[in-house]
Amino acid sequence: MSERLQLDPTRCDGHGGCAELLPELIRLDEWGFPQLTAAERAGSPVPSALHRHARRAVTLCPTLALRLITTPPKDRQA
Amino acid sequence: MSAGLLTSSAVPPRADELPRLLAGAATGPVGLAAHHERFGMLGLVDDPIELAAAAGLLGRGGGAFPLARKLAAVQSAASRRGSAAVVVANAAEGEPASIKDRVLLSQAPHLVLDGLRVAAAATGATTAYLFVRSDTVLVRAAAQALTERSARRLDPVPVTLVQVAPRFIAGEESAVVHRLAGGDAIPTYTPDLVSERGVGGRPTLVSNVETLAHLALAARFGATWFRAVGTATAPGSMLVTVHRDGSPAGVREVAIGTRLSSLLPVTDSEAVLIGGYHGAWVSRSAAAQLRLDDDELAAVGASRGAGVLAVLPPDRCGVVETARLLRYLALESAGQCGPCLNGLPRIAVAMADLASGRARPDVLGNLRRWAGLVVGRGACHHPDGSVRLLASALTAFGPEVEQHLAGRCSRPGGRPFLPTPGVSDLGALR
Amino acid sequence: MSSSVLWYLSRSTGMVLLVLLSFTAVLGILIHSRARVQWLPSFAVTGLHRNASLLAVVLLVIHVATAVLDPFVSISWLSVVVPFTSHYEPVWMGLGALSLDIMLAVVVTSLLRERIGHRTWRAVHVLNYAMYPLAVVHGIGAASDLQSGVLLLISVVCVAAVAGAAGWRLVDALRHVPPRRRVVVQLAAAEAVGTRR
Repeated sequence: MSERLQLDPTRCDGHGGCAELLPELIRLDEWGFPQLTAAERAGSPVPSALHRHARRAVTLCPTLALRLITTPPKDRQA
Repeated sequence: MSAGLLTSSAVPPRADELPRLLAGAATGPVGLAAHHERFGMLGLVDDPIELAAAAGLLGRGGGAFPLARKLAAVQSAASRRGSAAVVVANAAEGEPASIKDRVLLSQAPHLVLDGLRVAAAATGATTAYLFVRSDTVLVRAAAQALTERSARRLDPVPVTLVQVAPRFIAGEESAVVHRLAGGDAIPTYTPDLVSERGVGGRPTLVSNVETLAHLALAARFGATWFRAVGTATAPGSMLVTVHRDGSPAGVREVAIGTRLSSLLPVTDSEAVLIGGYHGAWVSRSAAAQLRLDDDELAAVGASRGAGVLAVLPPDRCGVVETARLLRYLALESAGQCGPCLNGLPRIAVAMADLASGRARPDVLGNLRRWAGLVVGRGACHHPDGSVRLLASALTAFGPEVEQHLAGRCSRPGGRPFLPTPGVSDLGALR
Repeated sequence: MSSSVLWYLSRSTGMVLLVLLSFTAVLGILIHSRARVQWLPSFAVTGLHRNASLLAVVLLVIHVATAVLDPFVSISWLSVVVPFTSHYEPVWMGLGALSLDIMLAVVVTSLLRERIGHRTWRAVHVLNYAMYPLAVVHGIGAASDLQSGVLLLISVVCVAAVAGAAGWRLVDALRHVPPRRRVVVQLAAAEAVGTRR
């Protein structure tokens, strides 16, 4: 089952470890807050080659703002 | 799913006659007896979801989401998970430029509550809330209407009145749910839709009060009646709050698809704000041709939003006005999400510097870059809506922006036009 | 294994545990405060905190097992986890058992953090502020060799480092800006920088 990244912006404090561990999918903006790449935001699954690194980024996020989830992208209403 | 609603209705009003919602309500709240005299008792609705779909009723709170799909999502989540649904009539109306929900609820509360009753029946809800901006007149009208109804045992699902302090983001779906769960009325980030897990983890419908009032009319007079005005894709009428120079904000009920120029003195103004503070400024030339039609509005980057229509007075500067709106929007952020917390204040300050004619030449580059950095990165749409307003202003007031970059303002000294509670005028201009 | 080897193992792992727990406590406080360590990337600080804590668990197992197996003193397996049931030094062993219980709870909740959610995890993690002093008092009370010389010096340095970090963290918490207020602070900061000519 493929997993995708989910970033809770209310939880994120901008520690920035995720961008160090997974620069392929996460960059820091000019204020030090992580930004998922466009494909990730659109809900693309994490490529299997990067899965291990994504897992580690999730484990080491101090605020649990970053998650790997298996559900399809949220189809926002209204 | 079939809704056991009682008794029959009166003779329908003429389908093409407006106003529908505010009919005869110009003087104070309409009591239950007068309400039933005008609209008849609420009749039996076999399948309210099918009715909302046939009527093509879209949400009037800003998102224009099809009500039938929302109802169906809540209803199916409730039956799938065996969890009774919650329905909420939303009159938080945090948008300072909008007063239409207040006017509707204080003048025609029973129409809203009839709609809430239909929504409760449609979703099988066992809990219902009337979520109201804490405004003395409004709360009194709502409480009085609820008392009248409970004395007559009109609502199978009792309705609880909940007040919320006025705040821009208080009416956002997840903020409503958070408030009803006992928290602050600020948006939350939840992986699930509130239609799946809302108040107390139960499937929840949060619907604007105007949407529900329309549902109450459709339930009485049918989908065909409902579709007699409006456009094919957005049937019915809508309430708009009109702002123009020299007169207080007023609410009008108009058919969706109405030409803007028939409602507003478009040609006097440099631009018109459509939707609200998360909406868009549309230049005079574009506005002159425009109808309140979703496709036409989308083509110029606007939407009906919460129905705010504001004609910028000819002596007012759009850059200065927008700078003040952006400062208000920055201050209204809940401060939870990094991008919003970092981006909106910088944008507001840069815009204020532009407004005062003291900005560095790279200000537009900064504004555009920061706007790009906040979009889609908040728990709610506050950053997205705020930078939509910014982008539209930079386009609609393009020549004026050039003037300001050169340190000039072609309409200096204008008083503030649109309301921005809590923002001092000096703050925006410095 | 002779009794003296077990005795030395228990004593020495206890000492290393003090240093390791102090290290991981300071790191934990740094992480929470979003303090940057100049020469270490952010993930490395978090990783060190995590790995040092897990290493502490391994050492704790050795520390406890050797103490129980040492025939010279009588400590039951039960009294390792149930506070104040030891016949040998009931107070000092009891404090040790208390801190062990907390540490196990903290480690288990940390490993299950994604499943139990941030809120529950934090509620348990805060207990570390009780765990650390309990462990220190257990050590100083039970081990007479900690009460003087180089080992005392090391202990004092460790405790001072943690106390300093915790004090700093407390000041930081007292200066906490609520989210809504943060916007005003940001606005003032942006104004101070400005985009003016």
